[in-house]
Amino acid sequence: MMVKTMAEFMAEGTEPEVLFWVGCAGSFDQRAQKITKAFVQILNKVGVSFAILGNEEMCTGDPARRAGNEFLFQMMAYNNIQVLNGYGVKRIVTACPHCFNTLKNEYPALGGQYEVIHHATFLQDLINNGKIVMKGGGAFKGKKITYHDSCYLGRANNIYEAPRAVLEAMDVELVEMKRCKTNGLCCGAGGAQMFKEEEKGTTRVNFERSKEAVDTGANIIAANCPFCTTMLMDGVKNAEKEDSVQVLDIAEMIAQSLED
Amino acid sequence: MLIVQQIAFIILLLAASFIFYKKIFSIRRNIFLGRDQEFTGDTSLRWKNVLLLAFGQKKMFKRMTPAILHFFVYAGFIIINAEMLEIVLDGILGTHRLFAPFLGSFYNILLGLFEILAFLVLVSCLIFLVRRNIIKVKRLTTGDLAGGWPKTDANLILITEVVLMSLLLIMNACDYNLQQLNADHYTQTGPYLISQHIAPLFSGLSEGSLIAVERSAWWLHIVGILAFLNYLPYSKHLHIVLAFPNAYYAPLEPAGKMRNMEDIQKEVLYMMDPAQAPTEVPADDNPPKFGARDVMDLSWKNLMDAYACTECGRCTDSCPANKTGKLLSPRKIMMDTRDRSEEVGANIDKNKSFVEDGKSLLHDYISVEELRACTSCNACVEACPVSINPLDIILELRRNLYMEESNVPQEWMQMSSNIENNMAPWKMSPDDRDAWTRG
Repeated sequence: MMVKTMAEFMAEGTEPEVLFWVGCAGSFDQRAQKITKAFVQILNKVGVSFAILGNEEMCTGDPARRAGNEFLFQMMAYNNIQVLNGYGVKRIVTACPHCFNTLKNEYPALGGQYEVIHHATFLQDLINNGKIVMKGGGAFKGKKITYHDSCYLGRANNIYEAPRAVLEAMDVELVEMKRCKTNGLCCGAGGAQMFKEEEKGTTRVNFERSKEAVDTGANIIAANCPFCTTMLMDGVKNAEKEDSVQVLDIAEMIAQSLED
Repeated sequence: MLIVQQIAFIILLLAASFIFYKKIFSIRRNIFLGRDQEFTGDTSLRWKNVLLLAFGQKKMFKRMTPAILHFFVYAGFIIINAEMLEIVLDGILGTHRLFAPFLGSFYNILLGLFEILAFLVLVSCLIFLVRRNIIKVKRLTTGDLAGGWPKTDANLILITEVVLMSLLLIMNACDYNLQQLNADHYTQTGPYLISQHIAPLFSGLSEGSLIAVERSAWWLHIVGILAFLNYLPYSKHLHIVLAFPNAYYAPLEPAGKMRNMEDIQKEVLYMMDPAQAPTEVPADDNPPKFGARDVMDLSWKNLMDAYACTECGRCTDSCPANKTGKLLSPRKIMMDTRDRSEEVGANIDKNKSFVEDGKSLLHDYISVEELRACTSCNACVEACPVSINPLDIILELRRNLYMEESNVPQEWMQMSSNIENNMAPWKMSPDDRDAWTRG
């Protein structure tokens, strides 16, 4: 896989157009790695010059901050900002809405000012500029698909249309869940819940959400967040629908639809 | 006789205004128990929010039925208040329908409009009572509203409004009958749009009885309104006032952004670059408090939020944790914050300044289990029609739990230690971060 680091660009004395912030899930989680690779495949295909930080990247501190550990958040933030500013990074794209929110909204107060773009918006731009060309209308043409709004892209940052525009470009039959857009139901992972057992309740948040998604009759649940993807896959499994319902990130769907 | 009534009215008006004014000031004092919070950003955007969210009730319209009914009550409240001016002036001057001679036939049209609104308010409030007590709409009758004061409060408000609107219509109906009898004082304005249909109910009464009913209705209506005014500060109904400043101070930044803790910024910078740290710490230096343990540690906007809450439960109804049976209810967070603010306020009233009472918002009102259930999804913030932010309070309390009490679940401890040592929330080698590029 052709992926250069910021350090390599620097050694060559050149600069990439954009830094791809992979995030911890995108780097280490086996399911999320597939999203990362799909996004890289798209970037390479359309000829976007990009770099990753590689092993210089660290957790943005998002889960620590939301758990209540501000010290750790700020430590991580300052370290990351030092690296990013050291390379003179101006534009960042990421496939994780939590990293997106933290980099875009929370780093400026600590001295990190960047143009931060979520991959949904980035893909929409590539489509609008005619850079992404689908093979025969795309792999998902006419397929019944429902879309799950992640909280950190949706309510937290008011991005509802970009991911839908990406799906529209693939000519899918989009069936919305009753709770969508501003009323979207969380997958259950935000606020550092991803890293702990749920509190006592009658059911799990991801079970509730996945059931709603499965009930639309769609065969694919489109997502834009590595945590949502994991949570929804577990929920689909719980509903015993893993044979008929797939959970895919919009980048994976685009990657599968590209011209060879 | 008339002069006695006038004096009684003026005394009543002054007393009611004075008591209201005093109570509002004590609420203002309670709100400013909260720490300072800076508000920046475009003022024109803030006024736009006031127009759209408060005046326009934009978010109410996410749920159509209650939105329309509520809009009637709201429009009725605002517009019928115009008639209050005449009622108050009549009371002071001992006149009857002071504006009628000046407005001519327009007076009748205006009264007709007020009556339509009064009727709509009355019907809407009756439907609201049915929704609460007979249909038992879930978000209005369960959890934090299952009983006790919140339930009584809601019903009291609705019953009061039904009674007040009925009195207004009865008063006008008797007035019309008296006009037909050519009674002294009763200006000939003609029949009013709604009350003319109630008028026949009273047509058998003598002039004396009609005057007695009309005057009683007039007095009960105005006394009722002044009493209701003074009930507001004790009730969830205070939202009719605070919805407006709350919309003005609604955050303009993306909802996902958490407040930066500047106190910690310094500490972290010293930690990363010890050379910068001051060598001596002043002896009287109070160590900063991290997060919020009690209402005084929250911001004044958080506390104003609590007083602006009308307990409609849209937040709780959209909360993923609450929906799946967890203990967390964003509405309860707001109700607890108000209750604790009131308790602290009463403590200050009694002791001149706050005397430690061994209680705090955290633990005594809001439990750790509630706080732990939050996914920070912003659904509660989005759902609130009056721009209340329960999430902000939850996260501030969590900060206190973590950094002051070290009250942290084992898994979060592990996560933090992973982030610290491996730069990722999972126990993975940082050298493998780019392993996916090779696979």
